Amino acid sequence: MKWATCDLADYALRKADDTLVLGQRLSEWCGHGPVLEQDIALTNVALDLIGQARGYYQMAAAWRADGSTEDDLAYRRDTHQFGNHLLVELPNGHWGDTLARQFFFDAYNFFLLEQLAKSPVEEISALAQKAYKEVSYHAQFSAEWIIRLGDGTDESHAKIQASVNRLWAYTGELFEDTDLDRRLDGAVPLPSMLRADWLQKMREVFALATLELPDPNAYMQKGGLHGRHTEHLGYILAEMQYLPRAYPDAKW
Amino acid sequence: MGEEISLDHRFQAYVDADNKVEPKDWMPEKYRKTMIRQISQHAHSEVVGMLPEANWITRAPSLRSKLILLAKVQDEGGHGLYLYSAAETLGISREELLDDLLAGRAKYSSIFNYPTLSWADMGAVGWLVDGAAIANQVMLCRTSYGPYARAMVRICKEESFHQRQGYEIMMHLAAGTPDQKAMAQDALNRWWWPSLMMFGPPDDQSPNTAQSMAWRIKRKTNDELRQEFVDKTVPQVEFLGLNVPDSHLKWNDAREHYDFGPIDWEEFFQIIAGNGPCNKERLAARQKAHDDGMWVREAALAHAKKRAAASASNALKTSAA
Amino acid sequence: MSQSPDAWPLWEVFVRSKNGLAHKHSGSLHAPDAETALKSARDVYTRRSEGVSIWVIPSSAVVASSPDEREPLFAPSDDKPYRHPTFYDIPDEVGHM
Repeated sequence: MKWATCDLADYALRKADDTLVLGQRLSEWCGHGPVLEQDIALTNVALDLIGQARGYYQMAAAWRADGSTEDDLAYRRDTHQFGNHLLVELPNGHWGDTLARQFFFDAYNFFLLEQLAKSPVEEISALAQKAYKEVSYHAQFSAEWIIRLGDGTDESHAKIQASVNRLWAYTGELFEDTDLDRRLDGAVPLPSMLRADWLQKMREVFALATLELPDPNAYMQKGGLHGRHTEHLGYILAEMQYLPRAYPDAKW
Repeated sequence: MGEEISLDHRFQAYVDADNKVEPKDWMPEKYRKTMIRQISQHAHSEVVGMLPEANWITRAPSLRSKLILLAKVQDEGGHGLYLYSAAETLGISREELLDDLLAGRAKYSSIFNYPTLSWADMGAVGWLVDGAAIANQVMLCRTSYGPYARAMVRICKEESFHQRQGYEIMMHLAAGTPDQKAMAQDALNRWWWPSLMMFGPPDDQSPNTAQSMAWRIKRKTNDELRQEFVDKTVPQVEFLGLNVPDSHLKWNDAREHYDFGPIDWEEFFQIIAGNGPCNKERLAARQKAHDDGMWVREAALAHAKKRAAASASNALKTSAA
Repeated sequence: MSQSPDAWPLWEVFVRSKNGLAHKHSGSLHAPDAETALKSARDVYTRRSEGVSIWVIPSSAVVASSPDEREPLFAPSDDKPYRHPTFYDIPDEVGHM
């Protein structure tokens, strides 16, 4: 085995945590969207992401081979053990905030999965190939909303520009290389390698949206990949994990 | 005047022969208004009904149950959409329908004014509330208005798994730890009577039933549907090893139906009047979604107009070149 | 009848299933433009199944025949798909109808 299974497991956990936390955030919108059709569309994205999360958690559980299940990993780990990017745990805010966060993540996820689909690690490539179709759809959806809001009314333009500016500092972490990524060289892409494509996509879509691209070299927030999260994750997990933790002997 | 009476009679004969009324057909104004009221109420119920269950998505105790609940609630949104679509064929816009809902002029099913207090409520709501809804819905697949009947067929296809999921949750809890079993019984206690009330007031207190039956909008009366529901559901409660919260419940050999206790119609009418535990919260949530979404809807329309103008002007340039 | 600035127009949706022979009318939905209408139709009326073909048409653009097998009293004289006036764009100058 070329790569250590504990490393593969930790990598899968990061992807799982990303998609679960983002799916969790999106599902908060259910029943509260601006239009029924779009409520359905956004919760479809949540469904896809949580589905992907399950795939990654199951993968991680198999590699850990310590008897843990997908639910053990999702529900019994605390904030310092979660390896999601900070971006996905940020609050939903308004529709513009949510779609800006979504667009930043979707574009990253699109380019990531494109590479993961070619991974020599069969479990990874299989999941990535399936997820890639879904994420292409997500990325199209969120990009179109950026454009619609950016080149919509004056009010929407101001709002989405503000969302973009506010969230920008959390995008750098998507391309942070860690020792784990380096140890998995050949199995997964190095995150920094995705940055050029991602920035190019940002430029294209922002141009169509008549939005200003913030400075790509601005200071970027980090810590999520190392278990140091924002204050938001604690609340997310408290809500998400409450039942199994309140009734530890029960099977759910 | 003579011609109007004749049209009404011909319409009735048409409906009596079990024909479907379509959007372009002549229909009595009262039929049209009744249809709009009923379909839109049904649509509002689906959409407002998303809220009590959406409440538990973020707290679902397993990934699988989270996905299932999210899919279920989304389905309900979709059902609302099919129904708004059917209502709009009658010459009313979604905007007007939403206005009516938010202004409190339109009703939605009273059941959604109750709070969901535990995970077991996800079981009880799916099993009992969807169960009661299904009884009504299957009947509506044969309703006289074509677009409504077709929407109902679509909805019924998707609905059966909702009820099974709810029951699955109840089975799991009833067979679980003492805490889980108590949670299940508590949910049953709170949702049983409101579910029976879903079928509406007793027949002798339902002003619209007679006309609705004549026009084949309704195919069974409130009491008929309620009795069917009780007969079907009591064995399901017994299978769970739980108790129906009704000391009067008893199988009646002569009638071949369950006799059940008196319903507290005062509670029902209070809920209808807006005094239920969650009436204000449900509407406030819908109002907020509507208000908060205004800038988004406007932006999308503005963008669409810009693009349409741009392609029109491009077309002109191309043809001029 | 002027539309408020946040009211998305109505679109009719027609779907041909994967091995189907023809597009069937599935219902309607609201969208600001054709692309969104197509996507929403996919989400709502096909649940994203593969291999389906979707047509969306603004409701105001649909031209419908009168049901010819019915008696004259049941056949309206206009060519709109719905009998009632909500979806007809009446210029403001013409006034309330």
